[in-house]
Amino acid sequence: MSALDQMYQQVILDHAKEKHGHGLRDVEGALGESKQYNPLCGDEVTVRVALTELDGGSPRVADVSWEGEGCSISQASVSVLHDLLAGHRLSEAEQVVDAFRTMIRSRGEIEGDEEVLGDAAAFQGVSRLVSRVKCAMLGWTAFEAAVLAARAASGTVEESAAPGTRPAATQSEGSTPGSGIEENR
Amino acid sequence: MSTTLTDDRGSAAHSGAAPFEPGELARIRADFPLLSRQVHGRPLAYLDSGATAQRPRAVLDAERDFLEHSNAAVHRGAHTVAEEATIAYEEARAAVAAFVGRGEDELVWTRNATEALNLVTHGLAAGPASGPLALRPGDEVVVTEMEHHANLVPWQQACARSGATLRWIGLTDDGRLDLDSLDDLIGPRTKVVAFTHVSNVLGTVNPVGQLVARARAVGALTVVDACQSVPHQPVDLAGLGVDLAAFSAHKMLGPTGIGALAGRREVLDALPPFITGGSMVEKVTMTETTFREPPQKFEAGTPPVSQAVAWHAAVRYLSALGPDRIAAHEHVLTEQLLAGVEQVEGVRVLGPVLEAGRALDRSGAVSVVVDGVHPHDVGQYLDSHGIAVRVGHHCAQPVHRRYGATASTRASLYLYSTPEDVDRFVASLAEVRGYFGVA
Repeated sequence: MSALDQMYQQVILDHAKEKHGHGLRDVEGALGESKQYNPLCGDEVTVRVALTELDGGSPRVADVSWEGEGCSISQASVSVLHDLLAGHRLSEAEQVVDAFRTMIRSRGEIEGDEEVLGDAAAFQGVSRLVSRVKCAMLGWTAFEAAVLAARAASGTVEESAAPGTRPAATQSEGSTPGSGIEENR
Repeated sequence: MSTTLTDDRGSAAHSGAAPFEPGELARIRADFPLLSRQVHGRPLAYLDSGATAQRPRAVLDAERDFLEHSNAAVHRGAHTVAEEATIAYEEARAAVAAFVGRGEDELVWTRNATEALNLVTHGLAAGPASGPLALRPGDEVVVTEMEHHANLVPWQQACARSGATLRWIGLTDDGRLDLDSLDDLIGPRTKVVAFTHVSNVLGTVNPVGQLVARARAVGALTVVDACQSVPHQPVDLAGLGVDLAAFSAHKMLGPTGIGALAGRREVLDALPPFITGGSMVEKVTMTETTFREPPQKFEAGTPPVSQAVAWHAAVRYLSALGPDRIAAHEHVLTEQLLAGVEQVEGVRVLGPVLEAGRALDRSGAVSVVVDGVHPHDVGQYLDSHGIAVRVGHHCAQPVHRRYGATASTRASLYLYSTPEDVDRFVASLAEVRGYFGVA
């Protein structure tokens, strides 16, 4: 398989087209939302989460929905995220996010565990390309910030534990730092 | 200097200069070590010179030779090596200045073109220190909708600091400045007209003469972003009547880390200093300082000496080839590139397209939007075929928005580009939509 085909595996191209979870929706639960930008290309992704069962100490990610424009990597990545995290316990979801981040930042060194990452393991080819890691992480960063926003809004997290979120607000915005590929002059 | 800078449409095609012969082009390319490398098993087609140009051995050797023989702090010390360094450094200034039609006391070294533009915007928005050039509430600054962020954001900031109002010349659907609005936009309140000579996204060559004439008629200062023109065609800033212009070495075969502000001496005299400290002062007491004459007034701290020497070598190289011949070479390839791209289904060009088969007032920066495929994916596909292009918004978000795009894929030509580079780009571009399953 060529490096290109390794990066653009069929499962990624399929997700980029099918866009699971696309279209922001309102459902029951504590809602949180985050919009993340990629300053390199102007792409943006908004992820909304709905948390339930907040009282028991083990909240559930009842729903994940999103909208945004971007390259096939960023679009497929959020679609896969939706499939992996929606409906699961937050603690499990956080483990998946950590595993994905570890793999995607490993420069191809760490193979993703398909048991944990499912379709997201297909992004290992992306991890070799520094300039595309950000595309793959965009939606996952938004997911984490959206969870913090939802918890901040529901009062189940210390304010200081939710950087970048306003207390009693359900939205956050941010742009994750770029890799510096700007047109310098 | 040349006919390529008159406002006659398509003048580059009529300058009479001959494009490079195939054998000549091969010899030129042999001067650039990087161009012979392979990428993903294929010869590199480097079509990203609009972002940064590759450097010939003459430039690399000049910097190394200087460092091995004459490196020392300039404008201080009485020893022989320092003397040689100072001479090389100031000769470089004179050469780069002459290359754009300015005198040696009319060229300020900066870190890059962005810093050169900030030198101007900070100088005009420094309150009372700005003197006669000061921007005040009620004044207007006119820019264009096709500016690189470097010639837009600093003006937004200068207006915010000074209370002046920012206005802009809009764009026509075919990628040119909407000059119908010129006489309304540029009026008695206009203090500054700041515009790019050549758009880094659209490739449009703007009518500098017409813009300068209108600005002069109302007594406004002209500030030109010349980053995409000076490397590619003859530019005579004095002949054009431009007050201040910014450009950078790394887009014209020189090193990174150095740019320049070229300005009319009287304007540089009137501008207050920007970065302050050592080297730019005459007399310093605990309460007051007097400043040196331009250009030293603007050059605080240790300057980029070996970079200036290398830039001198780049200017020598460009002069030997002839800027008019470089323009003629790129003109031929631009028409080939546009003709090729126009044949590809599902691809839209941002900026002027061919008119009756000719590229008129059109540079070799060609940005395209591929229907259904994001530029990052386009760029990745092209890279896998050894073709290097720029993807993203190219530091010009408003112009993308104007044409309904977030980002684009840009192929940009230079003196070493070949017809094969262009053919390979077009051929691979035609495969992209199929690969991503949208065609």
